[in-house]
Amino acid sequence: MSDEIRLSPTSGCDGCPVHNAGRLSRLGVNMENWDYVVALAGNPNTGKSTVFNALTGLKQHTGNWPGKTVTRAEGGFEYGDTRFKLVDLPGTYSLLSASPDEEIARDFILFGNPDVTVVVVDSTRLERNLNLVLQVLEITSRVVVCLNLVDEARRHHLTVDERRLARDLGVPVVPTSARYRQGLPELLAAINDVASGKTVYKPHRIGGASPEVERAVNGLARKVEAAFPNLTNARWVALRLLDGDSTIAQAVRQGELGELEGGTQYAAAGAALGEATI
Amino acid sequence: MSATAINQTAIEDILRSAEALRWDLGRDYHDRIVEAVYADAARIADRAVSRQGDKSRFDLDATIDRLVTSRAWGFPIMLLLLMLVFWITITGANIPSDWIASILIGRVYPALKQGAESLLIPGWISGSLIDGMYLSTAWVVSVMLPPMAIFFPLFTLLEDFGYLPRVAFNLDNAFKKAGAHGRQSLTMMMGFGCNAAGVVATRIIDSPRERLIAIITNNFALCNGRWPTQILIASVFLGTLVSAQLAGLISAASVVMVALLGIGLTFFTSWGLSRTLLKGQPSTFSLELPPYRPPRVLQTLYTSIIDRTMYILWRALVFAAPAGLVIWIIANLHIAGQSLAELVVHFLDPVGLLIGLNGVILLAYVVAIPANEIVIPTILMLTVLMTGVTGVGQGAGVIFQLDSQQALQSLLTAGGWTLLTAINLMLFSLIHNPCSTTIYTIYKETGSLKWTAVATLMPLILGFSVTFVIAQVWHLLAVVL
Repeated sequence: MSDEIRLSPTSGCDGCPVHNAGRLSRLGVNMENWDYVVALAGNPNTGKSTVFNALTGLKQHTGNWPGKTVTRAEGGFEYGDTRFKLVDLPGTYSLLSASPDEEIARDFILFGNPDVTVVVVDSTRLERNLNLVLQVLEITSRVVVCLNLVDEARRHHLTVDERRLARDLGVPVVPTSARYRQGLPELLAAINDVASGKTVYKPHRIGGASPEVERAVNGLARKVEAAFPNLTNARWVALRLLDGDSTIAQAVRQGELGELEGGTQYAAAGAALGEATI
Repeated sequence: MSATAINQTAIEDILRSAEALRWDLGRDYHDRIVEAVYADAARIADRAVSRQGDKSRFDLDATIDRLVTSRAWGFPIMLLLLMLVFWITITGANIPSDWIASILIGRVYPALKQGAESLLIPGWISGSLIDGMYLSTAWVVSVMLPPMAIFFPLFTLLEDFGYLPRVAFNLDNAFKKAGAHGRQSLTMMMGFGCNAAGVVATRIIDSPRERLIAIITNNFALCNGRWPTQILIASVFLGTLVSAQLAGLISAASVVMVALLGIGLTFFTSWGLSRTLLKGQPSTFSLELPPYRPPRVLQTLYTSIIDRTMYILWRALVFAAPAGLVIWIIANLHIAGQSLAELVVHFLDPVGLLIGLNGVILLAYVVAIPANEIVIPTILMLTVLMTGVTGVGQGAGVIFQLDSQQALQSLLTAGGWTLLTAINLMLFSLIHNPCSTTIYTIYKETGSLKWTAVATLMPLILGFSVTFVIAQVWHLLAVVL
């Protein structure tokens, strides 16, 4: 934890507090009294574990193959005076099917109600990775997109216009190369801004489905909202109910959605996911 | 509790209207949502990404992939790389091994002995501490540290570069033919590091049947705790059979053979299980080949030396010290004129000799259930004690001037070891019960005593059978020839 911190800003704004790398202290497994919970989601093999290790100072084994992380790993870091608890979720391509790792990731984002969800995406496979980003944006709007592996994209002669992407998605997009510790100060700043509510976001909503779908989703979402006023993602719940998702229907029936209020949210989700931890 | 009642009606209303709307929307609702997501993703990605340069340029990644995953070249390349890794490990480890041994055993050991004598420390204390524990830990450090410090970084570099998933890709088809899940090739690769980690990694396999097969057979992937045993025995007993120039090559080849036998046994037992206890069809999946990434050499060196090599060595020493105490106690606790160790070893000897091993090795495997790393230290300590501590200790000046491997070989030969013992030890190290951590992990993952017992006993029975057959054939050939 007392490691020398080698985060270096990619631009020359050394005077700017945002780039003051000294503001990060890695807390390893020490994650008591956290102020915010940050979830780390993304497709398999995009470098989630690398980002996780870089921020927490832990040494969760990383490997160049998909499916390294099969369970949640947790760690802590401090940025400025704010303490964060970081949860590394298993890599998934989507949140719409029902494989066990997808359920762990989805349930955490949905029921764990993290303050910020960082979606790590592979710049060289942006289109496929955006499928997941868009699905996460349906669940929560408190999202930071970590545009990782930009070094590899450069090697393949690809350029990603992150400002355009941020405008289209409606959430902050931070280009990084986590393996080489590039872009991490900017990522931390973005996480902090979204967590504290400083960033104003207007997330992209999936369009293009027919007007009748929109009508059905909106109508049902209003009802869900009325029954569970504390729920931040009524629209997603409505979408899933219309898809006949039995897990979500069960949660609604047992009133679990309603119990997930305030500070107990995280604890309840932790208990529900108990079997998923090692 | 009227609030709850109102809530309950609202919930019923939500579920009812969701059900009704689903009828209106029709069955293709799911597809329409997925299509909408894909369409949006494609549109947004298209606007953000631009590609420069010539599109038809030479694609290095694809070219490497075509080569290393080709039908004709995939397996030969895999064999060559494995051979290369072990050859570098074994030949490269000799020099630092001798160097460490000359310091720890050639200089420190006599100094300790003299110090103990001049301080008038009783012989039984200096005997058990210096000849027993110090000598065996010194051997462990000098013979285990250098190969691990070379092997683990090399293996991690292959993983970091992205080669291991290609191996998984090559083996995927064979797993399907064995009636198992293709992803088992990935969990097996994890098992080459640590079987407990490999067992946890089987969570990526959805089907319970195929997951059980992957869990039960993971033990056949040689783990970190067993690689050093293989490398050590191969270089001490098999490498010395041939001339010095060929020694490294032969030792490397024999370790590769054992590793390949492990892969073969994985297929064989998977195939057997999927036709007997765990019948069913393999499910399909897609394996994504990650891009090749330039390995971070310095970081890999650092993590594989600090996290893996030192960790394994530390575990070996930490477990070896209490094991040393246990061994010292059983060697000095006398019942009817014989020490307990002698009693146990003599009791186990007939069984051990029947399978080409000996009582010392079997006792070592019982002591080493908590960690495979301590098999070699335990065998060394027991052999020193059984062949007479004083013999080795007093004659030390002569023996330990030689290089560490020869010292080791002469010690083990004094303990009654033959080439058969070495070969069968390598095989038994591959095929025996998992370590206690892995057994516990299997129990936690399956939640079933029955499957835990199968996963524990099946390899043990198989190991006894294989070594028995080899020992009998060996003796038969010895008589005939």
